[in-house]
Amino acid sequence: MADESGVLDGYNEENTEAGIYVLRLFITGASPNSIRAVENIKSICEEYLPGNYDLQIIDIHQQPQLAHGEDVIAVPLMIKLAPYPKRRMIGDMSDTKRVLKGLGLSTNS
Amino acid sequence: MSKSQKNKEPVQYGTLPKALTGITGLDEITGGGLPYGRPSLICGEAGSGKTLMSIEFIVRGAVQYNEPGVFVAFEEKSDELAINVASLGFDLKKLQAENKLKIDHVHIDRSEIEETGEYDLEGLFIRLGYAIDSIGAKRVVLDTLENLFSGLNNQAVLRAELRRLFTWLKEKGVTAIITGERGEGALTRQGLEEYVSDCVILLDNRVVNQITTRRLRVIKYRGTVHGTNEYPFLIDEDGISVLPVTSLKMANTVSTERISTGVKALDDMLGGRGLYRGGSVLVSGTAGTGKTSLAASFANETCNRKEKCIYFAMEESPNQIIRNIRSIGIDLQKHVDSGLLIFNASRPNLHGLEMHLVAMHKCIKKYRPSVVIIDPITNFINIGSVSEVKNMLVRMIDFLQEEQISVMFTALSLNTIVNEQTDEGVSSLVDAWILVRDIEFNGERNRGLYVMKSRGMKHSNQVREFIITGNGLQLVDVYLGPDGILTGSAREQQMLLEQTGEAIRNSAVTRKDREIIRKRKVLEAKIASLHTEFESVEEELNKVYLEEELKKEILRKNREEVIKIRRGETEENVQTSKTSRKK
Repeated sequence: MADESGVLDGYNEENTEAGIYVLRLFITGASPNSIRAVENIKSICEEYLPGNYDLQIIDIHQQPQLAHGEDVIAVPLMIKLAPYPKRRMIGDMSDTKRVLKGLGLSTNS
Repeated sequence: MSKSQKNKEPVQYGTLPKALTGITGLDEITGGGLPYGRPSLICGEAGSGKTLMSIEFIVRGAVQYNEPGVFVAFEEKSDELAINVASLGFDLKKLQAENKLKIDHVHIDRSEIEETGEYDLEGLFIRLGYAIDSIGAKRVVLDTLENLFSGLNNQAVLRAELRRLFTWLKEKGVTAIITGERGEGALTRQGLEEYVSDCVILLDNRVVNQITTRRLRVIKYRGTVHGTNEYPFLIDEDGISVLPVTSLKMANTVSTERISTGVKALDDMLGGRGLYRGGSVLVSGTAGTGKTSLAASFANETCNRKEKCIYFAMEESPNQIIRNIRSIGIDLQKHVDSGLLIFNASRPNLHGLEMHLVAMHKCIKKYRPSVVIIDPITNFINIGSVSEVKNMLVRMIDFLQEEQISVMFTALSLNTIVNEQTDEGVSSLVDAWILVRDIEFNGERNRGLYVMKSRGMKHSNQVREFIITGNGLQLVDVYLGPDGILTGSAREQQMLLEQTGEAIRNSAVTRKDREIIRKRKVLEAKIASLHTEFESVEEELNKVYLEEELKKEILRKNREEVIKIRRGETEENVQTSKTSRKK
């Protein structure tokens, strides 16, 4: 797809720093969705990006000002900061296909 | 009537605390504002003023009632919003710097978001909670929640979360406004917000006869009475003002003070002292009969008394009026310069009737004049039916009476009908009705003026000729000749004729006088001659008499002489001589 190729091109150009995936996961305390999301994303990362990712988990209950800064509405929210383009994924990350698409790894599947 | 209910104090029982909106008129309709600590919904179509009303609620709350507010904007960015409302005199940046206002722009872009499973809107709650706590907000606006639905797919989650949001807002104890776009057959697209809100206000922007009028209606308000009618409202440089229908209680105070109309002769016709203060007067007449001149003269007189006057010009521009009125020797410009005379010119079809009423209300409230002139009311017919115009004018008069403001309306009546009723049907409402009409006679048209009615004062029943001169307006008695009423040059002619007759009569009189004088002189001369004659006769007579006396005396002396000479005369002789002397 044209979109996909565009995304990949972007990814290649930006990926000067060894292609590390910078991920931020915003959760709200110990809500079921949050817990599931953390578990799911960790397993996805381990499976598809072993050693090539930087995952930060942020509890917006603890740091509400970050929620404003990153325009968080629906949680759990994961933002892929790098590689380009920036993508936002919401939900408990149970739909692996969509997560991979969001991460730009859907060509594999 | 619900109209009168709004003026009651609804908080008699202390049931529902309310938060004043500070929006002119809205607090009256809702009986004190929006429900305190509860969510309200403002819904309406695009461009009906939802965002503006909600931001005014926030800003007025922060400025006037010391209740900080949070504005969550789903549509406009903070900067855009600040620019958009700067025209209304709201300085959002300053308020934000003072921590009285927090604007949180929420951006949702569907294309950026991948939904990967179950989620909720806890993030929004946390952000909102954080914003509220950081400035101690008492008021919250969410504008508009619809954007959540367009940005996110899972309707079930969203609906559930919205319900939770309303409950959460109540728990937070903030007075909230949620705006919503109007949906098909329902008040909102989702058909949800109106059920969970405690108060629903519907804004409407309707076009009738190509004229748009914004209206507002309180659809529901839990736990209180409220005005149920549609109320027109206005958005202008001072924000929103809603006009509640004025009370129809008819309990206004009245004044017995009289004010001059500016035309001395007209004052004389109105019982000698002019109109009552706070009264209403209608000047109606056909085209070109001098209605505006009368109105201008009234305005001029008001300003000369150092009182304020607002002139609502519906046909001519202020400059045009000033120029035209200067030709009759009245200088309105100096009153405009001194700020006593305020012109407010607008075409009737600029906006709807209600808007005109609102605009006039605003203007009157702002300047607090003692006299208001509306010139003319006729053109309102173009934008509303007779009954609507009448309704509007009733409210106008009612409002003005309440404020003790005198008002003069002018109305054009059509030439064809000799009106006992004006087109607007307001003649029964006004306190005084002055009719100016054409009197067509002898190949010319002249103006006749009479007072059709004037409540509560003795007024003249005369038709007077109304003359517009370079020195103002004058009223002349019309001439009642043998052929009926004479006006204009016919009157002048008749007056000239009369003057001639008088001159002729005068000369005749003087001739007679002279004759009498002459006769008198003749007679006096005669009398004098007779007198002299008499004197001469008298002298003659006296002369005879004296001569006689003299003779007698001489005779007696002579006799005595004779006696003396005779000496021997008898007693008898002496006796005879005595008797003869007696003769």
